[in-house]
Amino acid sequence: MSELSRRQFLTWGLPGVASLAGAAALATRDAPAGGPSATSASRHEEHLGMPGAGKIPDLHPPGSGKQVDPMLFLTHFDWGTASRLADGRTQREWTLTALDREIVVAPGVTFPAWTYNGSVPAPTLRCRVGDVVRVKFANEASHTHSIHFHGIHPASMDGVLEQVPPGGTYTYEFVADPFGVFLYHCHTMPLTQHIHKGLYGAFIVDPPKPRPPAREFVMVMNGFDTDMDGENEFYTVNGIANYYVDHPIPLRVNEPVRIYLVNLLEFDMINSFHLHANMFRYYPTGTDLERYEYTDTVMLAQGQRGVMEFTYTLPGRYMFHAHKTEFAELGWNGFFEVLPAEAKA
Amino acid sequence: MARVESEVLPGGSASGHRASLLLLGLLPLVLLAGLVWLFLAKGTDLIGTSGAPPDALLKLQIERVTFAPHQILATVRNVGPVEATVAQVMVNEALWQFSVSPKPTIPRLATATVAIPYPWVKGDPVEVKVVTSNGLTFKRKIEVATETPRPGAAAFGLFALLGTYVGVIPVFLGLLWFPFLRRVQERWFDFFLSLTAGLLVFLGVDALAEAFEVAGRLGGPFKGVAVIVLGLAGSFLALVAIGRQLRGRDREGARARLALAYFVAVGIGLHNLGEGLAIGAAYALGEVALGAFLVLGFTIHNTTEGLAIVAPVTRDAARLGHLALLGLVAGGPTIVGTWIGGFTYSEPWALLFLSVGAGAIFQVVYEIFLIMYATGFLVAR
Repeated sequence: MSELSRRQFLTWGLPGVASLAGAAALATRDAPAGGPSATSASRHEEHLGMPGAGKIPDLHPPGSGKQVDPMLFLTHFDWGTASRLADGRTQREWTLTALDREIVVAPGVTFPAWTYNGSVPAPTLRCRVGDVVRVKFANEASHTHSIHFHGIHPASMDGVLEQVPPGGTYTYEFVADPFGVFLYHCHTMPLTQHIHKGLYGAFIVDPPKPRPPAREFVMVMNGFDTDMDGENEFYTVNGIANYYVDHPIPLRVNEPVRIYLVNLLEFDMINSFHLHANMFRYYPTGTDLERYEYTDTVMLAQGQRGVMEFTYTLPGRYMFHAHKTEFAELGWNGFFEVLPAEAKA
Repeated sequence: MARVESEVLPGGSASGHRASLLLLGLLPLVLLAGLVWLFLAKGTDLIGTSGAPPDALLKLQIERVTFAPHQILATVRNVGPVEATVAQVMVNEALWQFSVSPKPTIPRLATATVAIPYPWVKGDPVEVKVVTSNGLTFKRKIEVATETPRPGAAAFGLFALLGTYVGVIPVFLGLLWFPFLRRVQERWFDFFLSLTAGLLVFLGVDALAEAFEVAGRLGGPFKGVAVIVLGLAGSFLALVAIGRQLRGRDREGARARLALAYFVAVGIGLHNLGEGLAIGAAYALGEVALGAFLVLGFTIHNTTEGLAIVAPVTRDAARLGHLALLGLVAGGPTIVGTWIGGFTYSEPWALLFLSVGAGAIFQVVYEIFLIMYATGFLVAR
């Protein structure tokens, strides 16, 4: 790292401008159409000794049925189609479609995935506690699937006994309860296969009084067993190995950040998240607004999740990664690019 | 054929016969071609499959891994039925930067070199894994990482020294048994020839075992076992033919015995070429770092080869020049082998060398039996 010299700094100059532009775009609620430039990727790779071959083609917003763009996925919270019911409650409606899709999991490497709406991870669904959740599920894939939500709901809405064959449909309907961070995934046997092939996503239920304002991200930690030997070849957060190494996530100094963290890693016992040069408040499962752990590393088994909150006070490039270093070196690795406080140019 | 012709096509002119004969000969082939075409064009529909996805059959083999300061070079051969693309590289379970020359997409049977800038640690095991664009993985583990000698005067000299130590010196040491063999009684001649034959059979089997091992590592398209059979039979038959030419009708004279000594030397030389390949390749792959005993073992074992070479000519007053040449023919190829193995090791070629060597050795055993038969040893007395 001591070789992060002036030369490197200069070579980063140009992509730095692109990152700034990206940051500006991300700061607004409308997501930008494309990710940061490809040039920045190769430069960082040279410096970090990261893989550099191949590129990731045609990235799209989650739920578009196409290769997911991790940068757009990061801030994409799908609130569904809202309507007010006669009793005054809010109903939110989504359509999730099971699709067989070839996806990119690392530059140049594809994986024959099973997906909801074409992307792995599946779109992040979000609502408020007490909302009526209605998810219309259509199975257009080649195998039987289902959707199993975590949270409190009737047995018939649990996605275990009601399996949906190819061509079939099912509507899941329940009241979102309690608030917190949840997940949803396919619950068809063999379960290992239906999860590692990609049928999972995050499900966020907001408390009655929203959490304080912050830049909000969702991070779904997962892995891909591309050679089908029962072990992951690639570990990622939000679907593409080393994506946030090649495309650091832009932040601002003193900007409050909140991450909804979900672990859906198959095959390996645990996963973890470690934040560099900072500490965060960790709210396990996000079901309690008061109690938290103040730490820089958390460990999660499959299905565990939580809310993390932190702020960077100094500009610079900060790493975050699994503190299972093997996972980190196989793709679960990223950077925050903390930019100086907004300078009006 | 002529009988068939006369039965099936009585009468007609000679040229007409020939044309219809040709047609009859070709008819099954034409029908077969039609059948193959039909299957390729429509067959997958006929039997209701869309054909196996060829991507799943994709296969790469890491043939060679070499180490330079801060760099690992892996030679990757595509041994699958379709072209393959190297998309990612992992070293010791970590994704790493790399470049592929000439290009990441490797045509069938071709090779590419993957260069990985990696701070490898001398003496540690290193596992290189390549990931194809469809996510399949192919790996090779090197037990002990050591810097690979690069072609140059120093490395050439080092390998020559290694080859001399393993191949040339032991063979000459064995040749020093010549005066001893001259003085023992005549009836011991057959004993030493038998010893030679036994030794050669061991070497031949050893070479074949090694060849089958390489054939197992090689992918299907190289038809390793067929290469072994061809190399073995080809060199055996060619040398038998050459032997007949050289020897003429003389089966028992001094000339025949000297020729036999040369055959033994050539056979052992080819065997030692294979041995040199193994040593050079092992050295290049960092395996000799473990294997000082390998070199020592080869050295001791090769001393017996000198004995085998001179055994046929113990009855004759062989000239010193012949003895020296015999030693060089048998031992010298070890040096060439270490060069090839150390600098440009390629498994398909190694396979061919090994099987040709085995064929040469079995030919010598055959020649020894001929001599022993001629002297009456193999005839019941």
